[in-house]
Amino acid sequence: MALDAKIPAGPLENKWTNYRSTVKLVSPANKRKLDVIVVGTGLAGASAAASLAELGYNVKAFCFQDSARRAHSIAAQGGINAAKNYRNDGDSIYRLFYDTIKGGDYRAREANVYRLAEASVSIIDQCVAQGVPFAREYGGLLDNRSFGGVQVSRTFYARGQTGQQLLIGAYQALERQVGLKNATLYTRHEMLEVVIKNGKAAGIIVRDLVTGEIQRHGAHAVVLATGGYGNVFFLSTNAMGCNTTAIWRAYKKGAYFGNPCFTQIHPTCLPQHGDYQSKLTLMSESLRNDGRVWVPKAKADKRKAADIPEAERDYYLERKYPSFGNLVPRDIASRAAKEVCDEGRGVGATGLAVFLDFADAIKRLGKEVVSARYGNLFEMYEKITGEDPYTTPMMIYPAVHYTMGGLWVDYNLMTTIPGLYATGECNFSDHGANRLGASALMQGLADGYFVLPYTIGEYLSGEILSGKIDTGSSEFAEAEAAVKQRLSAFVNNKGSKPVDYFHKQLGKVMWDDCGMARSRESLMRAATEIAKIKSAFWSDVRVPGSENELNQELEKACRVADFIELGQLMVQDALNREESCGGHFRTEYQTPEGEAMRRDDAFMYVSAYEFKGDDMPAELHKEELKYEVVHPTQRSYK
Amino acid sequence: MKLTLRVWRQKNRDDKGGFETYQLSNVDEHASFLEMFDVLNDQLINEGKLPVAFDHDCREGICGTCSMVINGRPHGPMSTTTTCQLHMRHFKDGDTITVEPWRAKGFPVLRDLVTDRSAFDRIIAAGGFISVNTGQSPDANAILVEKEKSDLAFEAAACIGCGACVAACKNSSAMLFVGAKVSHLALLPQGEPERGQRVLNMVKQMDLEGFGSCTNTLACEAECPKGISAMNIARLNREYLWASLTENK
Repeated sequence: MALDAKIPAGPLENKWTNYRSTVKLVSPANKRKLDVIVVGTGLAGASAAASLAELGYNVKAFCFQDSARRAHSIAAQGGINAAKNYRNDGDSIYRLFYDTIKGGDYRAREANVYRLAEASVSIIDQCVAQGVPFAREYGGLLDNRSFGGVQVSRTFYARGQTGQQLLIGAYQALERQVGLKNATLYTRHEMLEVVIKNGKAAGIIVRDLVTGEIQRHGAHAVVLATGGYGNVFFLSTNAMGCNTTAIWRAYKKGAYFGNPCFTQIHPTCLPQHGDYQSKLTLMSESLRNDGRVWVPKAKADKRKAADIPEAERDYYLERKYPSFGNLVPRDIASRAAKEVCDEGRGVGATGLAVFLDFADAIKRLGKEVVSARYGNLFEMYEKITGEDPYTTPMMIYPAVHYTMGGLWVDYNLMTTIPGLYATGECNFSDHGANRLGASALMQGLADGYFVLPYTIGEYLSGEILSGKIDTGSSEFAEAEAAVKQRLSAFVNNKGSKPVDYFHKQLGKVMWDDCGMARSRESLMRAATEIAKIKSAFWSDVRVPGSENELNQELEKACRVADFIELGQLMVQDALNREESCGGHFRTEYQTPEGEAMRRDDAFMYVSAYEFKGDDMPAELHKEELKYEVVHPTQRSYK
Repeated sequence: MKLTLRVWRQKNRDDKGGFETYQLSNVDEHASFLEMFDVLNDQLINEGKLPVAFDHDCREGICGTCSMVINGRPHGPMSTTTTCQLHMRHFKDGDTITVEPWRAKGFPVLRDLVTDRSAFDRIIAAGGFISVNTGQSPDANAILVEKEKSDLAFEAAACIGCGACVAACKNSSAMLFVGAKVSHLALLPQGEPERGQRVLNMVKQMDLEGFGSCTNTLACEAECPKGISAMNIARLNREYLWASLTENK
C-alpha cells in the first residue's frame, strides 16, 4: 500500500485553516448516533475523550490505571511550550515550528509540526480557563521561562508539576462529561486487541483487570492514545505500567509502525544502583541551567569529588561545546556522558555516572537562590540517594525517556487502518528523530483538544448510515477467542521463571546494543539475542494464578510478549537507518569530531513498517519527507 | 538487611482476608519500599506461591497510585513521602514490618493491598471541574489572577488523589481531598458562576460514597504525602456554608 500523508495543499501557514474550513462535518443530530472509543487517558486521551463528548459523540474511554488521573503524563515536570510571545522577545508560530523541526533533526513532517505550533497558542487559553494553576507574576499575568534548545521564553509551567496540573485539567473535563453521561469511563480495563471489520476499525477487546472478564466494545472509530514504549528497555523513566500492547496489536492488524528505532535518551537521570532496581528517575533538565557537568581527567579516579582539585577536573561539555556548554540538547549531552564513562572516567560505584555540580552556583548566587530555583529537585535527589546535593555534587546518567516512534499516521492522525487513530506519544509524528523539552505535553494536548476533534469528523461523516456496530459478528468472536487463547496459554505454561526475568534480559540487550549508540555489529547481535529471549519466554515463563481474577503477573506477561516483538522491529529499523540523527546514533556514521552524521540524500524519510507475519521481517515502506519551507542544515552546538 | 513482613492477603472483594508472614534476607538499603516488594514477589513466585497484588505505577511520587499502610501509617513512617519514595535505609536490620491496604468503607479491597478508589472520581464527576468546552476560552492573559491566590490554588491542586487522608482518618473522611479540590477551584476567578453549586454537589456525592465527617484530628494533614494543608478543610466548610445559604437549589 502506498503511503499517503494527506497533507492539504496550499502554503504552509494556511493549510490547517483551509482544511478546517472545508473538512466534512457531522450534524449534531447525527453525532449522537456515532460511537467513539478512546484508549488511554493521559493528556492526549483525556483531552480527546472530553472534547469528542462535548461535540456530542458517544464516547467510551479506557485506561488500565485505577483512575484516569494517573496516566504517566503526570510525571512531566518542566513545562509546555506555546508561541504566545507574551515576553515580547520575538517568538512566533514560525519560530516554534522552526525550532521543533530543527530539534527533531529534520525527520518530522513540516505540515504536522506547523499545525502543532499553531495549536499551541489555544492550548494555553484552554488550560487556563479550566483552572490549571500556571505560574503567575505579581501583576496577575502568566509567567514564562526558557528551556533547552531555544532562545525565547515560551515555556509555561506550574512549578515542577506541569504535567500533573495539565492532566488534572483534562481529567476534570473528562469527568465532567462522565457526570453528564456523554462519556463512559472504564478504569482498570486493558485493551488487548483491536477488531477490524470490512477493512475498518470496528472496536476493541478489553480485559477487566479486576474480574478478568473479557469484553467486546464496538465503535465507529477507535482512538489510541496509549503513550510511549520506552519500557522495552525495562529500566526507563516511564511509569511501570507504560506498555506497547495497544499499538502493537494494532500493528499486527495492519497499522504501519513509524520510526520504531527513535528513542530519546534524557541526560539528567539518577544513575542505576542495583539489580533490584525497577525504574530510573528523571531530574528536570532545568538543573543544567546552573549545574556544571564534569568527570575526573584521570581514568578510574575514585577520590571523592571534594578531593579532586580544579585542575584535575574535565568540564567536558563546556570544553567541547563552548557556545552552548552545559545547555546542549538532550541527545548531545547524553552521548557525551556515555563517551567519558566508556573511557573509564565515570564516577560512583558503577562508573556509570557523571557529576552535576552546584558548588559554583552556590558560591555565585548563594544557597538561598539555588534552593528557591531547584529546592524540590534537591530534596527529591536526597530522598532517593540519601546524599545532600548542596554539599556533594549530584551524580547523573542518561536514561531512556521518550519514544519518538509509534504508529504511522497521516495528517488526520489516522493510521493505515481506516477508522483507527493514534494521538500523542503513541504516534510517530511531530518530533522527528529527537524531541525538544516542553514539547511532549504540547503535542498530547494539541492532538486531543484541537486536531482530532476536527479530523475525525472527516471519517465519521461517512459512517452515519452504519448503524450500531454489532459486537456479535464473527470478527469480534475471533478477536475475543485469540485473546482468551493467549491468556490461558500463559497461565497454563507452568514454566520456571517470572515475567520480569525475561523483561530484564530484553532490557539489557536493548540498552547495550540498541541504546545510546548502535552499530551494525551490535544490532546483529541484538537480533540474535532477542530471538533467543523470545523462544525462552514462551517456553519457560511462569504466570501464577488464573485469568479470571486480578492477576498482575498476567498483565505483565501480555505486555512483555509484545515488548519482545517490538524490540525486534526496533533493531530491524536501526539496522536499516545507516545514518546518525537525533536519538539514533550509529557509530559508523559520525563526523571526524564524533558528532552525528545525518545522510539526507539517502534517509530523509519516515520508515513505516508493515507486519508480514510472526517471525517474518516487517516490510519497509518509506514516506519521503519534503522540506518546502525549512532548509535542513547540519546541527552544530560548538 | 533481614526483614520479617506481615502482609495483608485477601483474595477478592468478598474474601475475609488475613495476615501472612514472610522472611526476606539481603534487602538492599537503597531499594525503595516497592522494590523490596518486587523482591518479595520474585521470591513468592519462585516458591510457587501467589505474589502480593499492590498498586503502583510512576514510582516517582506523583501519580498517587501506590497505597500501603506501613506499620499503621499510610505511605509509612516518613512525612510528605509516598510509598514509592520511601527507601529501606529508614528501616533497621531485623525489623518486622506490617503492611495493610488503605482501610476505609469508601475504598473496598479488591485484592491484597489493592483498593477501589473510584469514589474519588465520582466526586470529581459530580462537580470538581470548571465548565468550559474546548475552544471556548478567552486569551489566557485576559484573566488576571493574583499571584498569592494562584500560589494557594496551586498548593491545593498539588493533591495527587492517593487517598492517604481517608486511610489515616478514624472516620474515613474524604474532606482533605474534597477540600483541596474545592479550594483549588474556588480560589480562581475562572468558574466563579458555578462556585456554590460545585461545592454542594461534591459534598453530596462525598456523603453518598460513605466517607465520614471531619473531627479535626488532623491525621490527614500529618499523613498527606504532598503536605496538603488542613486549611483547605476550613475553606471547604466556609464554601459549603455560604453555598447552603445562598444557592437556591
